[in-house]
Order: sequence, then C-alpha cells, then structure tokens
Amino acid sequence: MEKQENGSEAPAPEPELKLYGSWASSYTHRVQLALRLKGLEFEYAEEDLGNKSEALLRHNPVHKKVPVLLHRGRPLAESVIILQYLDDAFPDTRPLLPSDPFLRALSRFWCHFADDKLGPAVGAVFASTGKEQEEAVRQVHENLAMLEAELREGEFKGRRFFGGDRVGLLDVVLGCGSYWLAVFEEVTGVRLVDADAFPLFHAWLRDFEAQEEVKETIPSVDRLLEYARGLRQMLLALAAGAGDGGSTGVPVSSAVDAPVAAAPPAPAPAAAAVDI
Amino acid sequence: MSGAGEPEVRLLGSWASPFVLRVMVALRLKVVEYEMQQETLGNKSELLLRSNPVHKKIPVLLHNGKPISESLIIVQYIDEIWASTPAILPSDPYRRAVERFWGEYIGDKFSQVIRVLRGSVPGDKDKMAGEMFTALQYLEEAFVSCSQGKQYFGGDSISYLDIAAGSHLAWIKAVEKISGIKLLDEARFPNLFAWADRFCAHPAVVDVMPDPDKLVEFTVKHAAMCAPK
Repeated sequence: MEKQENGSEAPAPEPELKLYGSWASSYTHRVQLALRLKGLEFEYAEEDLGNKSEALLRHNPVHKKVPVLLHRGRPLAESVIILQYLDDAFPDTRPLLPSDPFLRALSRFWCHFADDKLGPAVGAVFASTGKEQEEAVRQVHENLAMLEAELREGEFKGRRFFGGDRVGLLDVVLGCGSYWLAVFEEVTGVRLVDADAFPLFHAWLRDFEAQEEVKETIPSVDRLLEYARGLRQMLLALAAGAGDGGSTGVPVSSAVDAPVAAAPPAPAPAAAAVDI
Repeated sequence: MSGAGEPEVRLLGSWASPFVLRVMVALRLKVVEYEMQQETLGNKSELLLRSNPVHKKIPVLLHNGKPISESLIIVQYIDEIWASTPAILPSDPYRRAVERFWGEYIGDKFSQVIRVLRGSVPGDKDKMAGEMFTALQYLEEAFVSCSQGKQYFGGDSISYLDIAAGSHLAWIKAVEKISGIKLLDEARFPNLFAWADRFCAHPAVVDVMPDPDKLVEFTVKHAAMCAPK
C-alpha cells in the first residue's frame, strides 16, 4: 500500500473476487473448489447462517442464501450459475464445462438431478426415521442407480471423472455433496453407498476426494461428523416435537442451508405425460 | 447421420406445455425445422420413456436421435448448436448469469403458483397469489434493468429470459380466468404487461402460444379425468 501525502495509507483495493459462504455448506464448497481449480484468488467471508450479515441479505435478497460471489462488486447467486459464470468470465482459466454442446447439456442435466432429486433424497434420509427413512433410502438408491447406469453405459462411460481425465463441472457439483453420504451413514447407521451395488459411483467418489484441491476444500471428517450429529439430534427433536410421526416440514432454515435440503421430498404428483 | 426419413430434429411435447413452448420458440427463433410428436396425457410413448428414463417428462429434443431433456437446458443446447444470430443467451457473462438466475427463479415460481391456482395440486390460493405478486415485482424490476428501454429482456430481440418467463403467459391468463384473481395487473406491473403482449405477438411465438381459453378447457377436462371414482 502506498503512503499518501498526508502520511496515511491508501485503502486496500477491493478484491476482484469475494465469496460469502458457510464452512459446512456443500454449495459454498462447489464455488471454493471451482475457484481453486481455476487458480483464481478470492477473499472469503464466513457467514453465520443463524445471523446473516447485512451484506449477504443485500447481495441475495431473493433467496438470502450462501454462496454469493462478488465479482468487481457485482453479486452472483446459485452455485451452478456461479460456476458457469466463472467459465464465461475467465475464459483463459481451466474450463469446468466440456466444449461439446451435447456433453454440456448432459452435464447440466445431471447437475440439476443432483440438486433436484439426489440432494433432497439424501436430506430426507438424514431428517427422518422408521418407515419414512426407509422410503427415503429407497429413493437415494434409485437415484444412485441412475448415476451408476450413466457411468456404466452412457456418454461418460469409461471416464475417470465426468469431466474426462480431470474434474469438471458435474464432478464439482455432485462431489461437493456426496462427501456427506459417508458422514450421514455414520450418523444414522444407514447404508447409502454400497461399493458392490454402485461400484463406478464409489470409485469416482474416491478418486474425486483424493484430488488435492478437493482435500483443501472439504472440511475434515471429524468436523463434518460433529456437525452432522448435532444437526441430526435437532432434526429428530423437531420431528418429535411436531408430533406428527416424523415429518419435519421446514427445519431450522439456517442449519439446513448448510448441507443438503433436509426437508422431506414433496409427495410425487400423479404421473402425467404432460409436465405442465 | 440420421436414417432415411428420420427428421434431424424431433420434439416430444404437447401444445399445452409451457416447457415445450420454450423449445418451440427457440427452434423457431433460429429457423430450425423440427417435427413435433404430440404426447398424450396419461399415455406416454415408448420413445419418450426411452429418451428420458430419469424423469419420463416432456419436452425431449431428439437431435439426430440423441435425446436432450429439461426445457432450459434444451434452449441452451439449441443456442450452442445453431450458433447463428439471433443469440438466445446474451454474450456478456454477467448478463448471462442474471438471465439464468431469473429464468430459474421465475420458472419455478410461476409453475408452482399455476399448479395451485388451476387446482392440480392442493394449496392456499391467496398465499400463492401473494407469492406471484412478489415474483412479478422482481421481474418488473429485472425487465427495466435488462431491457434498457428496449422491447424485450434481451433488448431488441428476445433472449433466454424472455423465453423462460414468457412461456408461462398463456397459463397465467388461464388461471386468472379459473381463479378470478388478476395476476399480471397493468397498473402494478406496467412494463411486464406491455412486454407480455409484445412477446405473445413475436413471430417466433405467435403460432405456438396456446389460447388461454383452450387451456381452461384442458384444465376442466384433466380435472374430470383425475376425479376420484
């Protein structure tokens, strides 16, 4: 910093990239990992989700959630949108999306699947007990089976990662979230990822977690376990308190922002050929 | 290379679906020929089930036989494959992110509200109307900022966000009739109100935007089909 004429120091320049996040949020991890993979420096601001900062609420008034990325002061929200923005805004960095339009569409499709189907199903396992949990586990297995089939027979067949030899957008999105599977298994005592039932998914996850940038980004298993145990206790207490047999409705939103959407999945509407 | 007689571009869809409409508008904007296969309610085709085994839903675009699912993903695919003008996604990265953000939020919100207001799923209609007004207020502000005084969210030509939001306009009008609640009110949302008419009259839209009265009929017919015996 240069000293100005009156002897005081010039204020530090605004960082080009600033990330608002939460240490236990897999959505935050996605952005941190993407920035690291691209070699982009950024300032990080930890948010207390129980007491959100004025800045976060101002930058993301619609959802009031992390992560929010500021680039030259302009806010971006929603992790998958942020990741695609990084590809667009920093074209000289390592790309996250493949260049082929069909593979791009497929990557986007499975990202949406991760957030729309797999994530909520895993959250539901974590937030429930008994019969409801059994049903949630069944859904997780159904979803993992679809991913396994895609790895075995689909366009990603034979690849080490969805992105090819190196980690890409879909690996980041699916991977930052999948590390919760082992944690939830430990805390609930329920088996989610059986290496025999889902060998390709299991191998992919192991390879993903072994990447240097991933190890730098994901918190230690001990911290995750402690967090998950606390969350599980709270969710079960809420369910018991609600007295309706385990359905938690919307748990304490600040805690739930963090890992996956822990609200049980909405009842499936009557199947229609027409999605209108 | 498609086989003899196989269309290069085939769309599995329905005239009534706003999600399918998004794809049709994108194809028409790019002047891409396509063949539409109408899917029937309650009787999904073998091709649909094979092409979208994960969700079993329309729209599905088959390009030289390869399936792409999810309407906004298909729209981006169309933009990337047929990269000639007009561009659907803006070229500026930040504007792109802004359109993607609103496209997702508005799409989710509009569908949710419409489902409740037409009676497909149970819910609090007044609460939904309230949520709709909030969403429309955000969209009104987004329109002013994105359009920069021009005709559409995309400026002079329709863009991703025009398509994502505009595709729901017929259903919005239909549920206004069904519920008796005025949603896209001219006094409250003057810019959106004017944009809505322009979007519906756009050459890429006008021939495929359904008639709200037909959607009301469709709702009545569907409700009768799903009524408990």
